[in-house]
Amino acid sequence: MDVAFIIETIVKIVVILLIFSALAGLGTYFERKVLAFMQRRLGPMHVGPFGLLQVAADGIKLFTKEDIIPQNVVKPIFKIAPVITAATAFMASAAIPFWPQFTVFGYTVHPIVADINVGILYVLGVMAIGLYGPLLGGMASANKWSLISAARSAAIFISYEVISGLSLLAPLMMVGSLSLIDINNYQAGGIGNWIVWSQPVAFILFWIAAFAETGRTPFHLVANDHEIIDGFGTEYSGMRWGLFFIGEYANMFFISFVIAIIFLGGFGDGTIAGAIQLLLKVAFFFFFFLWTRAAWPDVRPDQLMWLCWKVLMPIAVINIVITGIVMMF
Amino acid sequence: MHHEEPFTNRNVSESSAYYYVDIETYPTEGWDKFKQVVKRTFNGELFVGLWVVLREMIKFDIHTLQYPLEKLPIGPRYRAVHKLLRLWESGYERCIGCGLCEKICISDCIRMDTRIDENSRKEVTEYSINLGRCIFCGYCAEVCPELAIVHGGRYENASEQRAHFVIKDDMLTPLDLLKAGEQAEYPGFGAIIPGSDASVKKTPLAY
Repeated sequence: MDVAFIIETIVKIVVILLIFSALAGLGTYFERKVLAFMQRRLGPMHVGPFGLLQVAADGIKLFTKEDIIPQNVVKPIFKIAPVITAATAFMASAAIPFWPQFTVFGYTVHPIVADINVGILYVLGVMAIGLYGPLLGGMASANKWSLISAARSAAIFISYEVISGLSLLAPLMMVGSLSLIDINNYQAGGIGNWIVWSQPVAFILFWIAAFAETGRTPFHLVANDHEIIDGFGTEYSGMRWGLFFIGEYANMFFISFVIAIIFLGGFGDGTIAGAIQLLLKVAFFFFFFLWTRAAWPDVRPDQLMWLCWKVLMPIAVINIVITGIVMMF
Repeated sequence: MHHEEPFTNRNVSESSAYYYVDIETYPTEGWDKFKQVVKRTFNGELFVGLWVVLREMIKFDIHTLQYPLEKLPIGPRYRAVHKLLRLWESGYERCIGCGLCEKICISDCIRMDTRIDENSRKEVTEYSINLGRCIFCGYCAEVCPELAIVHGGRYENASEQRAHFVIKDDMLTPLDLLKAGEQAEYPGFGAIIPGSDASVKKTPLAY
């Protein structure tokens, strides 16, 4: 391993950390604005032009707030839980190609931290570890709502891991590789080659599972405000709570990248146009997260489990079987 | 930015087309439940919801009133903190110290002191309203024979003490504002109806 490679990797890590931390902040701004417009409101307007600096104001508030550790919590676990959520979200991004490779001053840059041959497996695995954030945080909080939230998060995340895993299996069988760059190159021929056309069922299933794994609104049971206050976040304050938030929004961005790369062709053939298309696709998926929050109600936990095990999982298995049969003949 | 919603008649009456919603009986058999799920899944109602919120976003018909910068117009008969008016020509206080407002006040919150001044005119020396008790019923303004005490439109009251809102000097129209013609006549309780001059008839004396 030469020094240039290490420096390049560190630079990439820092850039991804900075960009997506900032995007998580901006994501809250967009969420508030989009939800406001859909509800005929204006959203944040007072801090900066069109409320743009609201993000900065929120950041300053979160950073300077007192870090309250309640009396009966299990202190080390309570303290580490938000870090797990944020860290796993960013760790998962290591295998995601954010941009096609490009050349700067004669030096070819691969905008992916590690092009490992088990890329998507790694992404899903590390995102699954993110479960320990809400789970440990909720269990350590000495709060009944947090505890309910922890139980729900364990149930939901583990159940929907099954859906996301099984639904991805069919496209992976077609591609024959777990690397996200290989999956992307498989669809490099243009819109006609996108996996979404050959695997529409898997696309829908993975999309549904993405909502459950990021804990967004139709499946927002882990922190459902009107039932369990803020769930695992009830006892948190200041930047620890902010880390949960950054983790959630970073996860939304990363899962949007994953959906766009696996099913919608990613950055295509690697030109600038393809790269911009990738960003547009990601923007659409991120917008859809906000859109559904404005439009759809939450489902009950039992309905969510029912949907997972009795509807989505059989469909996913049938999809795999049919894909296999089609590939054999 | 002011915007008025068109009035929709939501009164329940004979003519309105109320009917009982046709709710199907809940399925008990597994196969019926499954059929219900399939029907609901492919009914497209989720997309109706998505379309409704997206339509509102595209229409961008924002109903937010940016309050400190914009305010809703209030009605002329709005009853906020009281005002004491002055005579237009002389600038004297209109109040003649008759004490009717003090008498009629049902929450007993008006207090006034009067004396006879050097022109043999009754002068109000003290006039205070206890806003902690006032229920803003408007009787004082209605009963006033001189249109001297009226209700103003000042509803944004912030102070360390409620008494600060109704110090007599604050309620009374300042002389410079009166000279600038800024004193508004009160169109509410007890005010002269516009065009009332035309309806005045001479008292018939000779029969």
